[in-house]
Amino acid sequence: MAEVAIKNLTMNFGPQHPAAHGVLRLVLEMDGEVVERADPHIGLLHRGTEKLIEHKTYLQAVPYFDRLDYVSPMNQEHAFALATEKLLGIEVPERGQYIRVLYSEIGRILNHILNLTAYALDVGAMTPLLWGFEERERLMEFYERASGARLHAAYFRPGGVHQDLPAGLADDIADFCRTFPKFIADMETLLNENRIFRQRTVDIGIMTAEQALDWGMSGPCLRASGVAWDLRKSQPYDVYDRMTFDVPIGKTGDCYARYLVRVEEMRQSLRIMEQCLAEMPEGPVVCEDQKIAPPKRGQMKQSMEALIHHFKLYTEGYHVPAGETYTAVEAPKGEFAVYLVADGTNKPYRCKIRAPGFHFLQAFEFLTKGHMLADVPAIIGSLDIVFGEIDR
Amino acid sequence: MNQALQDLGDYIAAALPEAVKEVQQQHDELAILARRSSIRQLLKFLRDDSQTQFKVLVDICGADYPDRDERFDVVYNLLSVKHNQRIRVKIVTDEASAVPTVVELFSCAGWLERETWDLYGIFFEGHPDLRRLLTDYGFEGHPLRKDFPLTGHVEVRYDQQQKRVVYDPVKLTQDFRNFDFLSPWEGMTRQLPGDEKAEQPPAEGE
Repeated sequence: MAEVAIKNLTMNFGPQHPAAHGVLRLVLEMDGEVVERADPHIGLLHRGTEKLIEHKTYLQAVPYFDRLDYVSPMNQEHAFALATEKLLGIEVPERGQYIRVLYSEIGRILNHILNLTAYALDVGAMTPLLWGFEERERLMEFYERASGARLHAAYFRPGGVHQDLPAGLADDIADFCRTFPKFIADMETLLNENRIFRQRTVDIGIMTAEQALDWGMSGPCLRASGVAWDLRKSQPYDVYDRMTFDVPIGKTGDCYARYLVRVEEMRQSLRIMEQCLAEMPEGPVVCEDQKIAPPKRGQMKQSMEALIHHFKLYTEGYHVPAGETYTAVEAPKGEFAVYLVADGTNKPYRCKIRAPGFHFLQAFEFLTKGHMLADVPAIIGSLDIVFGEIDR
Repeated sequence: MNQALQDLGDYIAAALPEAVKEVQQQHDELAILARRSSIRQLLKFLRDDSQTQFKVLVDICGADYPDRDERFDVVYNLLSVKHNQRIRVKIVTDEASAVPTVVELFSCAGWLERETWDLYGIFFEGHPDLRRLLTDYGFEGHPLRKDFPLTGHVEVRYDQQQKRVVYDPVKLTQDFRNFDFLSPWEGMTRQLPGDEKAEQPPAEGE
């Protein structure tokens, strides 16, 4: 029988699809079960964050960063706070820096729990998600006790953090650090040697180190390809240079390697958190410059000066000297950066947000080409994509 | 002033004098102002030279300065994993002049240039797929330009009669309030309306 040429099928994946991790519309050109071309259509969650920030004062811009990657809000704020501090030329007190590092690592664990367990769900394992969310809720509680909000914290402000940790919180976090490894171990027994999980992830979506750099990958996705690159080590900010931790590296660059790197990163985060709790000094948590950090409520009732400062800071805000900076942090997903241009007024002139997920999704076509349709959710899950930060 | 950064900047300027306009340093970050026509040549040099090795194109973004002759900046942020170094390359352009694309040098430039085109209307010559990226299908205008209003021009709603989403011009039930908080702490320099009889404030530098 003569071979018949079959026309490729063009298929829509999403924008409402549980495995798309948000509002992703993928136009897939399929040759039978094999993906020939994948064209992600993004922007369905575009809220114009960058435009809005240009119309807000520096302090008002902070909450927008919670709403980018809403899985690990404080890590985003960290980048903006560092960029603004660099332009202002101010130092954050030591205790403030320790609290920020502590909460950045809590954010990293928050992110990795969600990603790993939801990823397991994508490829067929339900239990890790149910276990993981119990642990996640404990971490959310730490967020709430420090900042007052479970998700949209607005806790890291230019100059430090909003308020000091309440009494007893440090002990509870230490308690979490003791019990959490049990969860990691449990999750690993469910997944690491699991036949289905490995069949779905090993040798799927491979990326070499060269390719990963060319596609602008960062974070766990880059490290899984064997590049030892972590901004916390190579360009440390706040007190990361005082922390002892290891950077896990993958060998194969496939979905399974990305999974393993994230699991190990959670353990390293716990190490950093323990060191933060042990070394954290007493003292102020926000810089003492009254022209930048607002006064305490108690002071306002006593001092006219404090009242004026409060009023001016919450209406006009502070003026940032003209200049520009590109400041990056190692967010859980990868390099999250802010390119901030100040023109000497109280509002940023330009605030470009560099989201790691944007680059991951761009490399998606490269990763899926020639794979089966069932591998598409497996690759999306392993890239750790959140649309809040991609669409901005 | 960081000497190592300065040396690197001088090295690049010496290697490609026709591409580099100026080397700047700010907050320990190196920035190169480059010529638009030779951006591809410069980025290729930065990527491949053994002294630079900027193999990762971290970001491309635009910035709008409507008062200038050539109103747009295009900013390339690069990272060298080998030398643990960052660099920023800036070129200027306007609505009419195209910027050479760098897709063939860095695969990740594709979407970054699409985004810049979408939000600023900066045209990238030779880009294989220069469609809009972040805004709606059929969107008009380039939203991050300074002359584009914050509220936009159209809003959408679902129409029960037509059974589809329709676009209407933006109607604000309350006027958009834009307060000018820029009253200076340092002291008034301009006259208040209705206060003309009062003494003229001294001009700057008197």
